Amino acid sequence: MLIKKPEIPSSEITSKDLYLNRRKFLAGAALAGAAAATGIAFRALASPSLTAAANAKIDGIQKSGLSAAEKQTPYKDVTNYNNFYEFSTDKYEPAGAAKDFRTRPWTVTIDGAVKKKQVLDVDSIIKMAAPEERIYRHRCVEGWSIVVPWVGFSLSELIKRAEPLGKARFVEFTTLYDPKQMPGQRVAVLKWPYVEGLRMDEAMHPLALLCFGMYGEVLPNQDGAPLRLVMPWKYGFKSVKSIVRIRFTDDQPMNSWQLSAPNEYGFYSNVNPNVDHPRWSQAKERRLGEFSKRPTLMFNGYDQVASLYSGMDLKKNF
Amino acid sequence: MNRTQITKVLIFLAALVPLGRLAWKAFHDGLGANPIEVITHSTGDWTLILILTTLSITPLRKLTRQYWLIGVRRTIGLFAFFYGVLHFTTYIWLDKFFDWHEIIKDVAKRPFITIGFSAFVLLIPLAITSTAGWIRRMGGKNWQRLHKLIYVTAVLGVIHYIWLVKADKHKPLQYAFVLGVLLLYRVGTWALEMRKKTAPPSARRRPVEATEA
Repeated sequence: MLIKKPEIPSSEITSKDLYLNRRKFLAGAALAGAAAATGIAFRALASPSLTAAANAKIDGIQKSGLSAAEKQTPYKDVTNYNNFYEFSTDKYEPAGAAKDFRTRPWTVTIDGAVKKKQVLDVDSIIKMAAPEERIYRHRCVEGWSIVVPWVGFSLSELIKRAEPLGKARFVEFTTLYDPKQMPGQRVAVLKWPYVEGLRMDEAMHPLALLCFGMYGEVLPNQDGAPLRLVMPWKYGFKSVKSIVRIRFTDDQPMNSWQLSAPNEYGFYSNVNPNVDHPRWSQAKERRLGEFSKRPTLMFNGYDQVASLYSGMDLKKNF
Repeated sequence: MNRTQITKVLIFLAALVPLGRLAWKAFHDGLGANPIEVITHSTGDWTLILILTTLSITPLRKLTRQYWLIGVRRTIGLFAFFYGVLHFTTYIWLDKFFDWHEIIKDVAKRPFITIGFSAFVLLIPLAITSTAGWIRRMGGKNWQRLHKLIYVTAVLGVIHYIWLVKADKHKPLQYAFVLGVLLLYRVGTWALEMRKKTAPPSARRRPVEATEA
């Protein structure tokens, strides 16, 4: 299949970048000596036009048969309670810390064992397929869960267009590394940049979602803008945010959490009530907004993925 | 009212502020997306803070020569226990919903819960024997010996926090640092006393004689 040409040629993106840098430089020079003032100028430059307009509606969203018929978690909770260590390890802080995060211009590098190595503008990726609303259960490894109406399309749409080589057995995703914008990256809590990986058949599964919106709107910064994964049958940390690179490989990638604690976090990290985290039980979960805990379901209730793991010992491959 | 009594009243009121704040937020939709998590963390934090505060009374009163401060230590200690009870209750009620089978499994299987539970259990005899009557009944020496358990609770409590954190250990390590300083102070004073005790009386007197000469 042919790759759709990005609507904005990459040359233009580069020039915009340079243009901004020059403005930054001029602003800085004009205010030389006043460090604070430079900071303000930088802020002013980084503001609205560069972040995708928050709360902007996404047009033409189609309903999906893969959606769960469950009560959705309030928008306020999903946007104010975030595990996004690039901004802060405190779940209540990314909402504020990511406010000025620049999500445009934004490019995604596609490389590794793939026919079409390329750098794509995020807006051209978003236009690859029709946006669908997928209401998914989302279970954090910490034991809480939410139900979110994500907007995106199957990751397979992008992978098919990239034409991976036969030897590509895995896909690796990398989050942006920019400690200037992501204050959490100034601390070595995890090895930066954040890396996640999927087996090719997992990545090609229709449930695997390439996501750029939620609640009918553009994805808020603290929820992984401008482009993230949503892997509903896996623990939340597998759903990598703010993606800048997608690499196809024949080796199983080492994901950040596995690197940080290999005895606690595995490569697969499928939601599994029968395999406890070494430090806490995974049998139950607290759905945000509910008082009692509810039982956690195998594969988070997405039984259709079970065949991907048939014959595998899920206690070993946790 | 004397200075100790006034300070006690102030401590009493101050120690209720964290609980009051939680209650106020709970009734004003201010506990965020996961209120029970906030309550668990907050009550745990205040238990540790108050335990470390009781442990800082002795160094504080000696260093500042404000010896009356010993009179407010029990109030602080009892509030540490109070927040410990709240923390423990949050766990068995709001986290486990009185599922005793699950709780026993947790205590036996999960090291951070095992030591957190132990830290709490060790506080109970201290809270019970905190009255003047119990000090009299036990005798000062025995009472003091029993209350040395607070060191065990403090160490277990801090480890409990370090072990439960997913990746960012900054905050629990701050508690560990404060506890380390407070324990070092004890080790230091103990070493000084041992030196005084073991040194022969002549050795202690010599500098005095020298100045006299």
